[in-house]
Amino acid sequence: MTPSQITDPKISFQNVSRRFGAGDSSFLALDRLSLDIADGEFVTVVGPSGCGKSTAMNIAAGLTDVSDGRVLVDGKSVDGPGPERGVIFQQYALFPWLTVRQNVEFGLRIKGMPAAERRRVSDHFINLVGLSDFADALPKTLSGGMKQRCAIARAYAVNPSILLMDEPFGALDALTRVNMQDQLLDTWTRERRTVIFITHDVDEAVYLANRVIVMAARPGRLHDIIPVDLPYPRTEEIRLSQKFADIRNRVWHAVYHQKPQIEPSIQEEEH
Amino acid sequence: MNTMPAGSQRARSKSLADWPPIILNLVAFAFGVAVWWAITAAKLVVLPGPVDVFQRGIELIMSGQLLIDILSSLRRVLTGFLLGVALAIPVGFLMGWYRVARALIEPYIQFFRMIPPLAVIPLAIVTMGIDEAPKVFVIFLASFLSCVVATYQGVISVDRTLINAARVLGAKDRVIFPRIIIPASTPFILVGVRIGLGSAWATVVAAELIAAQSGLGFRMQQAQLYYDLPTIFVSLISIGILGLLMDRLVQAAERRLTQWQERV
Ligand SMILES: Nc1ncnc2c1ncn2[C@@H]1O[C@H](COP(=O)(O)OP(=O)(O)OP(=O)(O)O)[C@@H](O)[C@H]1O
Ligand SMILES: [Mg+2]
Repeated sequence: MTPSQITDPKISFQNVSRRFGAGDSSFLALDRLSLDIADGEFVTVVGPSGCGKSTAMNIAAGLTDVSDGRVLVDGKSVDGPGPERGVIFQQYALFPWLTVRQNVEFGLRIKGMPAAERRRVSDHFINLVGLSDFADALPKTLSGGMKQRCAIARAYAVNPSILLMDEPFGALDALTRVNMQDQLLDTWTRERRTVIFITHDVDEAVYLANRVIVMAARPGRLHDIIPVDLPYPRTEEIRLSQKFADIRNRVWHAVYHQKPQIEPSIQEEEH
Repeated sequence: MNTMPAGSQRARSKSLADWPPIILNLVAFAFGVAVWWAITAAKLVVLPGPVDVFQRGIELIMSGQLLIDILSSLRRVLTGFLLGVALAIPVGFLMGWYRVARALIEPYIQFFRMIPPLAVIPLAIVTMGIDEAPKVFVIFLASFLSCVVATYQGVISVDRTLINAARVLGAKDRVIFPRIIIPASTPFILVGVRIGLGSAWATVVAAELIAAQSGLGFRMQQAQLYYDLPTIFVSLISIGILGLLMDRLVQAAERRLTQWQERV
């Protein structure tokens, strides 16, 4: 549970705080978050709404500034977005005027990759997420699950070593969701990345993760880290096993039976 | 209690709804002409009937007069309109993208929007003389003002997550602008272009009524002096048809350029 167990972390949150607004109406969205994530690790983040999950992820993505502390990626302090960190948004965020292929090639184009090579890379990733038949379709013709798969292919295509995913499957129905989880793990085992995956779904958190990060709200902070000692590839058998159920219960309790913070007033005054 | 009438009404409207819209359009058109003919034939109003107007229309077409008038009106409209749009789009982008530019330019836009472009004509004539310049200027102003607002509204309403998605894929501002901002705001801009063309067309006719030696508006103004009602009608109908055609053209372009949009 102690972050110091990890040597050479891929991502390292060091006392990261974020305050929104100024003066009396300011709001501490994230309070001194410290967390190390190892290279190639898959961590999921759960916690009540408003506990700062998205804020933490956006800070790591370089889309939001910190108020205090810092985030290191490969030992270097984060300063703006970078191609080594791919982000997958809950709202898909596909460019609606581009086809699936053009979306996937967007980042490659910016890199200045020649057309033939771009084509090869996009073919590979479109195939990986099973959208080959829709390569030339516009996003408006895709279902929610297909859109999200396209977004995943787009993020993978620029070859990031880190994937940051903010409730990527939140808008999907239960069945599609389970499918997408399996596909994501499948993709992850074949193309190993470090993944931070935010979710509201305790099952999903346990099924995917090496470790589940549980956060607490007001102020947003780290609450608990629960290791998931289950082998990959994760299968239906594992999903239905007793061990899975035990871990799931532990995470559930950590999320839904959080003790109120003992000295919230003192916490607030420190800042 | 009312199942019977409702049922029969549904049956009737369904059979009508089965007709192709073009047929319904023609029926409505024929009906309108018939009413017009009936009213004028019965001398209920002192207006020319469809037959008189049709004859005058043929005369004006044969003599080439109508074509000359249409061309000179269209030339004014297109010159002013294209200049207006060409300036409105970059200015709109500037206002949407840079807060400072918006704060500096917006008061002027809002102020001039409140002045009907035609009210500028006297000033334009005094300062620019009586040839083409004042008319083109007024049309330019009309289309610029309606298009610039639409453009900058489009830029400021571009979805933040699309910009963020581009940034995390490595895009800097100079890529985000052409690749994200421009396509994402195209639907808004095209609405502005359409409104701009409409107001340009309205303005040219009115401007020609006030000060011109040619054009559909000028023809009507002349006809008014000689109490030539059929010519006025021919001009009015031409103005309507041309306006409609231009609107349809822009609409078609709009649909082509924004076919990626999800329509409900
Ligand atoms: N730009 C902002 N300005 C002001 N407050 C903000 C801003 N972004 C987030 N917050 C506040 O910070 C807190 C944490 O927000 P955040 O989006 O990180 O929560 P979250 O854990 O992702 O919640 P959810 O599970 O609902 O997505 C919330 O109370 C939110 O109101
Ligand atoms: Mg969130």
